Amino acid sequence: MSTIALHDEHTHDHADHGHHKETLISKYIFSMDHKMIGKQFLITGIIMAVIAMGLSILFRIQLAWPETNFPFLETFLGKWAEGGRIKPDFYLALVTIHGTIMVFFVLTAGLSGTFSNLLIPLQIGARDMASPFLNMLSYWFFFMACVIMMSSFFIQTGPASGGWTVYPPLSIVAKAMPGSGLGMTLWLVSMVLFVASSLMGGINYVSTILNMRTKGMDLWKMPLTIWAFFLTAILGILSFPVLVAGVVLMVFDRSVGTSFYLSDIVIGTDILPNEGGSPILWQHLFWFLGHPEVYIVIMPALGISSEVISVNSRKPIFGYHAMVYSLIGITVLSFIVWGHHMFVTGMNPLLGGVFMITTLIIAVPSAVKTFNYLATLWRGNIRFTPAMLFAIGLVSFFISGGLTGLFLGNASLDINLHDTYFVVAHFHLVMGSAAIFGMLAGVYHWFPRMFGKMMNAKLGYLHFWLTFIAAYLVFFPLHFLGLDGVPRRYYAFTEFEFMKKWLTVNVFVTWAAIMAALAQVAFLFNFFYSIFKGKVAPQNPWEANTLEWTAPVEHIHGNWPGEIPTVYRWPYDYSKPGHDVDFIPQTVPFSETMSSNLPHDFEGNEVAERIQQDWEKANPVTENKG
Amino acid sequence: MSLRKFITNKTTAALAVLLTVFASTSALAQEAAAGAAAATKVDMGEVYKSVIFYVLIFLAICLFIAIIGKAIRVYELSREAQGKPVGINWNRVHASLFALFLVLGLYGVYWEYTVHGSMLLPDAASEHGKKIDQMFNITLIITTIVFIATHILLFGFAYIYKYSAKRKAYYYPHNNTIEKIWTIVPALVLTVLVLMGFLTWRSIFFKVEDPNNKPLQIEITSEQFKWSIRYPGADGIVGTKNYKLTTATNTLGIDFKDINSRDDEMADELVLPVNKAVKLILTSKDVIHSFYMPHFRVQLNTVPGMRTFFEFTPTKTTAEMQQETNDPNFKYLFYCAKICGSGHYNMQKVVRVVSDAEYKTWLAEQKTYLNDDLRKQFNLPVAPAPVKAEADSTATDSAAVKTNQMALNK
Repeated sequence: MSTIALHDEHTHDHADHGHHKETLISKYIFSMDHKMIGKQFLITGIIMAVIAMGLSILFRIQLAWPETNFPFLETFLGKWAEGGRIKPDFYLALVTIHGTIMVFFVLTAGLSGTFSNLLIPLQIGARDMASPFLNMLSYWFFFMACVIMMSSFFIQTGPASGGWTVYPPLSIVAKAMPGSGLGMTLWLVSMVLFVASSLMGGINYVSTILNMRTKGMDLWKMPLTIWAFFLTAILGILSFPVLVAGVVLMVFDRSVGTSFYLSDIVIGTDILPNEGGSPILWQHLFWFLGHPEVYIVIMPALGISSEVISVNSRKPIFGYHAMVYSLIGITVLSFIVWGHHMFVTGMNPLLGGVFMITTLIIAVPSAVKTFNYLATLWRGNIRFTPAMLFAIGLVSFFISGGLTGLFLGNASLDINLHDTYFVVAHFHLVMGSAAIFGMLAGVYHWFPRMFGKMMNAKLGYLHFWLTFIAAYLVFFPLHFLGLDGVPRRYYAFTEFEFMKKWLTVNVFVTWAAIMAALAQVAFLFNFFYSIFKGKVAPQNPWEANTLEWTAPVEHIHGNWPGEIPTVYRWPYDYSKPGHDVDFIPQTVPFSETMSSNLPHDFEGNEVAERIQQDWEKANPVTENKG
Repeated sequence: MSLRKFITNKTTAALAVLLTVFASTSALAQEAAAGAAAATKVDMGEVYKSVIFYVLIFLAICLFIAIIGKAIRVYELSREAQGKPVGINWNRVHASLFALFLVLGLYGVYWEYTVHGSMLLPDAASEHGKKIDQMFNITLIITTIVFIATHILLFGFAYIYKYSAKRKAYYYPHNNTIEKIWTIVPALVLTVLVLMGFLTWRSIFFKVEDPNNKPLQIEITSEQFKWSIRYPGADGIVGTKNYKLTTATNTLGIDFKDINSRDDEMADELVLPVNKAVKLILTSKDVIHSFYMPHFRVQLNTVPGMRTFFEFTPTKTTAEMQQETNDPNFKYLFYCAKICGSGHYNMQKVVRVVSDAEYKTWLAEQKTYLNDDLRKQFNLPVAPAPVKAEADSTATDSAAVKTNQMALNK
């Protein structure tokens, strides 16, 4: 097999902590244990998500009641909300930082960082990551990035406010808006640290998956979660450096006086000396990362939901190979679709046609994945655990948001929909809500693995139903604003006669958003309460097949005491006919399941096939084997 | 597990205390409010604005949920104590909720499509816009069918195949034929959409120019946070600009050495003759803006240092549109759709589509960008030449341009 047998050398050292004593600092802060790092990513991600959600509530309040004063806003925000009303510049800062935090800090680091770190070693059967030290650095770079990003709320001119895409010249020319001063500098510094963190993580994930799989774990026996994390990491490694390149050029333009992105600019009557650059260059560099980025966000969520849906339907995932190939297809195609963000930016229209073709092709693997999820549910025996509820929610959002992608990916339709609320609705469903639901499904599903405790299921139910309904109430009506030609990032709808009819919708949407935000309290309470007071988790609470559930509940450095288990079969043998229980863990050899083996299980191994035939002759079948 | 044991439970006791406190305070508050209301009408406006009011409401809801949670727990424990099967079959509950969600959701979608769907932009008022609308409708029909069908399957399966201890799931790992079908069918549908989109896109952006019927050129310049419109004047050509010439008097940086610039006219609104092709030249002074004119299905960013072009033909006059929408105040607008700073949300101008005759009368009233101050600045004769002599002056002017150009080059 392709596995390199590195694992067993340190077994006993790790297992009994013999070689060094763990202190509080080495265990909880500068930890090099992948499980602890995963938890660090998760809790930091949750905190950032709460902050970003809070920001969104602030600007939703402004949108719903543009002409009302809220004294408490002034209490919290001071001069940015003088008289209790958010100022236009600060409104844009809120929108910008909400987007940045959600996309990068929550759905990239919080999602990939958490679950790749937690699950890769546990599901492929490794003691830890390939480079635990790099892994630790990855978290601390991420942490610094978060701190620096948040610090921009404490400076005079406020945070970056040119939108999360920070298009120049708006983001470069400090005179264009206050947020383009120090706030933007902090944004760029934070982003460089963040990309460094992502790269360290990504390189680690890829090398761990390629080199450190346990005996028997060939690539086609890996759970779909691992496939998703693997391809996500590759996407990140190939695309994030391009963002850094773009960011460095932007730093030069801002601080050294170069003109990579600037040309022919007059602010008022002040003529800037820059000549020869092009703002479109930034858009190309940004979206070369930016589009793969949305798949970096959604693919881990899809991987998690594949696993959760299969486990809780008590059925093998339908079309395992097709699922992997569609992930690979998405990975490859996602590099050649970035131009669909730029149909109307003045990019050569010829390119618009090309990018439209590649963009609509990427809908095919996405459709295959959706149908496979449906086929997995079909004739299943579905247990509605909180994780399963969120995974079903993800499929629903993925469909609803994915279909509107067919409008936006079509260059001709995009002319009128570009930069309107239709776009807002589209991506909040397909990558926002879907990815958040994937993340929540993961948290509910692997919480027992992370903390050795169970979360309260009923609070989970409440959390799911409130969030699921509220998310649709928030985002579904926004499509119609977009179809009526209401642009996004508008501070107030008061200046246009035709937008006034949407004010009531805005009020409704804001209340739904507040409901969604408050529903998260159920989650936060459940999460933190269960860490300390939850019921102790059994070894394998969901009766799942994957390797992580064979490791002891009590965390040990090195994951398994003694030898790492060997893998004999794929991870999706649920409800296999002929077997007495409805799951067969990957560690169970075929010799122990003679009554349920199927011809294709042996992958052409003639000896094994003969043994099976002999056994079947000796034990004539009494019931239908399906 | 008796009821008595439940009552001795510390948590429940604490909850009960909380509940009593809450009930009594709210009762007190009500009394106080009633008393106050009797005396003078209390202005509740401030109360509704205070954060504490909402925090208290939220805490009350949390308390309520906690009580329900405890009640469910009591029910389950008592069932357990009596040796009966587990109280609530949550799998059944969620399956039913999904079914309910499907029904209500479908109704919600229908409601959205009909109520909000009728509040949208009127039909396109331009030639290419009709094609876009047509394609939009086709895409909408396809996606709506897929949307509803997949959701019926998703929530339907969730309802039908809910957990039952008696049943075992059907082991069905793959079926290559089905996989092929649902790879190829979406691919075919998408091919159709791509082809239509591609052809429409080409017809919008790659127009063959008819030399006998040149489109009307209009230049739009964006800056924080306003638009400037420049009509080409009698020669039909919008003259050149150079951002380095920008001054307080020449805000667009128009180069008046170019004779094409001299008769360029400024306008406060975009007036277009109906059924005549218009070629918009879009530029920006400072940051990127987006010229968005949704009624005509026109949008293109304005980028500093670049000229972008959009050609379209308006087909309905403002008056016709007022009739069609039954709104005598209807106005076409164009506004900014790309984040550009604090005034982004209010950067609009009116568009008027009129008959050709009206257009000509209106155009005659517009002033040129070139005024006496600028003439001095560009060393042009100050006294405006009479209209008749324009042809002559053009000739001399072009000579002047050359010398000035040389002077500038030095």
